[in-house]
Amino acid sequence: MNRRHLLATAAFGLSLAFGGAALAQDKTKACFVYIGTVTDGGWTQAHHTAVLKAQEHFGDKVDFMWQESVPEGADAERVMTQMALGGCDIIFSTSFGYMDPTNAVAAKFPDVKFEHATGFKREHPNVGTYNARFYEGRAVEGVIAGRMTKTNKIGYIASFPIPEVIMGINSYYLNAKKVNPAVEISVVWAYTWFDPAKEADAAKALIDAGVDVIAAHTDSTAPLAEIAKTDGKVIGFGQASDMAEYKPSPRVTSIIDDWSPYYIKQIQSVIDGNWESRDTWDGIKEGTVGIGEFTGLPDDVKAEAEALRDGIAAGTVHPFTGPIKKQDGSDWLADGATAPDGDLLGMNFYVEGITGDIPK
Amino acid sequence: MLTLEKRPTPSRFWTAATPVVAVLLTMVAGGIMFMLLGKNPFEVIRTIFWDPLFGEFAWYLRAQLLVKAGPLILIAVGLSLGFRAGIWNIGAEGQYIMGAVIGAAVGLAAFPTENRLIYPVMVLAGAFGGWFWAMIPAILKTRFNTNEILVSLMLVYVAQTILAMASTGFLRNPEGSGFPGSRNFSNYKAASNPELIAGTGMHWGVVAAFVTVIAAYVLLQRHLLGFQIKLSGQAPRAARFHGVNPTKLTVLCMGISGALAGLAGLFEVTGPAGQISIDFNVGYGFTAIIVAFLGRLNPIGILLAGLIMALTYIGGEMASTNLGLPSAAIQAFQGMLLFFLLAVDVLSNYRLRLFTAGAGPAKTKTGGAS
Repeated sequence: MNRRHLLATAAFGLSLAFGGAALAQDKTKACFVYIGTVTDGGWTQAHHTAVLKAQEHFGDKVDFMWQESVPEGADAERVMTQMALGGCDIIFSTSFGYMDPTNAVAAKFPDVKFEHATGFKREHPNVGTYNARFYEGRAVEGVIAGRMTKTNKIGYIASFPIPEVIMGINSYYLNAKKVNPAVEISVVWAYTWFDPAKEADAAKALIDAGVDVIAAHTDSTAPLAEIAKTDGKVIGFGQASDMAEYKPSPRVTSIIDDWSPYYIKQIQSVIDGNWESRDTWDGIKEGTVGIGEFTGLPDDVKAEAEALRDGIAAGTVHPFTGPIKKQDGSDWLADGATAPDGDLLGMNFYVEGITGDIPK
Repeated sequence: MLTLEKRPTPSRFWTAATPVVAVLLTMVAGGIMFMLLGKNPFEVIRTIFWDPLFGEFAWYLRAQLLVKAGPLILIAVGLSLGFRAGIWNIGAEGQYIMGAVIGAAVGLAAFPTENRLIYPVMVLAGAFGGWFWAMIPAILKTRFNTNEILVSLMLVYVAQTILAMASTGFLRNPEGSGFPGSRNFSNYKAASNPELIAGTGMHWGVVAAFVTVIAAYVLLQRHLLGFQIKLSGQAPRAARFHGVNPTKLTVLCMGISGALAGLAGLFEVTGPAGQISIDFNVGYGFTAIIVAFLGRLNPIGILLAGLIMALTYIGGEMASTNLGLPSAAIQAFQGMLLFFLLAVDVLSNYRLRLFTAGAGPAKTKTGGAS
């Protein structure tokens, strides 16, 4: 109860302090909490690139503030509180682990809007969530992997066993198997979003096991750096950012997170005063999931990957189209059926054909 | 030319003055770095050291200072006892994790029972978790003569794996739609560790830190065990003649530091952090080693060092957010603090002598008069 009480008092004090100030100051302030550094080459850099684009878009109308390398938990709560106290009108927290802290701080500052990336909790009317349909990009990577592998062994560097990651693995595998039924997948769990040393170790383990196409669900360029040491025997993909420095090989394409349309839209709605709490899940069609330039691929593989990308964008192809069975042999999707969003968002099973268990 | 000359006994003045000089030198060197980054160094230093204490939002940040310093102090005091006796527990981070996991497991097992006894039992379980994790290197050392530095450090990684298993498996919130992470303790009153007085940042962990500082002070000044700890560190042979049992001392020091780290973990997971998650540990166990040395392995010194360390975190964060400094610059700034501390530390054991070119070489042999 103590905490509740404090929240109420703090909120009251704030509305006094800032209610007046807000009238005087008409400049909107947008603030961002990052899990990594803005130069991580992956996840955080993608967010920051979008922020810089938004900054360019709004010019002097909007102030931007950000904080790098914020640990999840108590530290995130403090950083967001400081931001809210510092006059931020909308705060974007860009990592899954910020979910509870975001909701806790949102309770204290009902007048500030909060947007949490990749989570599902909207406990207060001033919290929205957003994510991207990365599994669509995984499907494109899967087709390339299925076509390009010579050993019929493809690999996936997974971060944490959450639905987001599991659906990426399934999408990658299903679409590889569609073009190459002999393909087998190995998954390494790195238990981190950003740890170049661990990510490199994971890539090394996969390469040692004979894998020759590796997709990573972690944030740094370390896996590609490791793959680059194999002199073209192994290929990989850019993740979150284009990772163009590894073009034309071993990086053959990339999933590029482009959050800028979303950020611009949400900041605009705060300026216009019509911001609403929603869950947004955009993909290739909306441009949030970008597929990077195809490099170092044979023309037919490139054409096939492009066709899949365009089909997904047009809505004619869904990466999860039945018949699909679960790993244990039970039915999931009937022939021709596509996966409902709810199934994807709570995905906690592998599809048939993947060996090994999801860590429990 | 400058020469170092060993002092017969460490200088009392420099032992006390070192931390202050180190902080001042850090400000100067850090200021130069901030200037090179194109910022006004005075503004940055003011943001780091002044604003959290006396700035516009000090009412909030002072409380956060305690929240941040609490676990650092609690762990560092425990470590300092061992460090004084020459027992190097480097794995407090692992003991912190295990305290949190085992304490949280006990609390979650009782969910949703509301009972006043639940929290005290969790506290005991948390202390046990850290103690148990520290006993592994302690017993391996005393029985098989392994190196406690290596074993305790490696057990941190084992603990992290157990933490990952806990948050994705046996402690996962059954209502969390398959996402990792335990239930949030703030929604479970019997097992939560809220602020005791709203807005002060005081929770049981901070209280425990203060109590531990006093207890450690008394132990070192007034108790036979404290004397034995100090003696073992300074003169191991003399300690043995004096009847100090090194096995018993190792087990005791490792046990106390482990239990305190475990407590810190338990208070953190039930309070500020709120839940077991894969990234629950943020390095308090390692930072506490710096705090212990910054505080001269002295309980009162550690109290101050913990607060200063917390200040550099919170102030550094503000400087980073408000002035657009990269977080790496703040980390470099914190690194400078340790660097200057060690550098200036030389002065408590050595004195600087300025020789004229002619008289110099012949007299550089140490241990002369004075």
